[in-house]
Amino acid sequence: MTFESSGLADRKLRAVDLAAERGERRLFEHLHFSLSPGQLLQVSGRNGSGKTSLLRILSGLSRASEGDVFWGEERIQSIDGGTGSCLGYLGHHNALKEDLTAEENILIAVRLGGGSPDRDAALSMLERLGLAGYEDLPTRFLSQGQKRRVALARLLLQRRPLMILDEPYAALDVQVIDVLRSSIEGHLAQRGMIVITTHQAVDIDGDCHSLHLG
Amino acid sequence: MFRSLFALLRRDLTLALRRPQDALTVVGFFVVVVALFPLGIGPDPEFLRSLAPGVLWVAALLAVMLSLERLFSDDYRDGTLEQMLLVPEPLGLLVLTKTFAHWLITGLPLVLISPLLAVQLNLRADEIVMLMLALLLGTPILSLIGSIGAALTLGLRGGGVLIALLILPLYAPPLILGAGAVDAVMHGASAQAHLSLLGAMMVFALFATPWATAAAVRIMLD
Repeated sequence: MTFESSGLADRKLRAVDLAAERGERRLFEHLHFSLSPGQLLQVSGRNGSGKTSLLRILSGLSRASEGDVFWGEERIQSIDGGTGSCLGYLGHHNALKEDLTAEENILIAVRLGGGSPDRDAALSMLERLGLAGYEDLPTRFLSQGQKRRVALARLLLQRRPLMILDEPYAALDVQVIDVLRSSIEGHLAQRGMIVITTHQAVDIDGDCHSLHLG
Repeated sequence: MFRSLFALLRRDLTLALRRPQDALTVVGFFVVVVALFPLGIGPDPEFLRSLAPGVLWVAALLAVMLSLERLFSDDYRDGTLEQMLLVPEPLGLLVLTKTFAHWLITGLPLVLISPLLAVQLNLRADEIVMLMLALLLGTPILSLIGSIGAALTLGLRGGGVLIALLILPLYAPPLILGAGAVDAVMHGASAQAHLSLLGAMMVFALFATPWATAAAVRIMLD
């Protein structure tokens, strides 16, 4: 399945003259780019260069001090059905409830997003990310890397056309990085879009662009 | 739409059940504060009875306030609040759902346990019924107004004390009306005016506060 069938296809993500500030300090300004379906944008830069700020602006969580982000012709903050209908965001926090199991965390997130929960899909995604046997444990008993995997499973199951990933490889082991890479390649092949920041060099097959901040 | 709101309500209630001590401490606080009053001011039944409406209401108000900090702060810390901004529902409705869950977990138990404490303070049956009625109308107001304070103090150091300073003055109207309703019954007057005003205040809070809270959440997460 591609995202064409969902009516969200062929919308570009465009940043027009973006600028961001953090406590009086200009992180970046006059930032322009556009991302088409099937493309990946890797944002790089030193610590404190504004990568996370850019990603939060792109996802509509923060406001840019200047400029706008467009999804097709609409501003990202005023999309019909909310920003969350077109994008999935994974930030530094895993956004898991520690008292709920991995499976519950995922199913609740899917329901909250307005989707119908598919238990089998959730379990097979957890298995793919190497969490078979852990789905019934409250997530507070999981290691940092395992929690990150649950959060990734949730993001991948949400199936939004645009995925915004902030340091997704943090705390992951080599095998899971491989699984994630193939998921990313699959997402691009289905004409999805991805914006990613990472300090690790991971080769991804597809239409990749890069943006250096600072 | 209702499916995702219901999912959120169920999530919050499940979390409360998995961690019952959070709700129990609030009820425990309410019971202990009310139980301390007779020890402090003496056992004269008539005097206790005349103080009872005010004592019960102030204790309920402080108990609710004690629980407010947790309304959003857990979700803020683990990042689920951030993900909630990306849910394709109006944030105001999500916030309202969370506040409703908060009331079910803290406000409702206070209403249910209040007759027990009222008996301890020598209130009569008709006064106890009025107390419960007033608390039933009043505690949702406390949760709703409190949600604004909880959102405004997200991520701040000493947030709990700040909530108290922000919110306690706003709790004066429901306190006056709620305690006044029980007082009126005690003196043989009709409490209808008090209850009507409390009801009106609840409806107003129901419509106005979620949007203010949602705006505060957005600002604090920016």
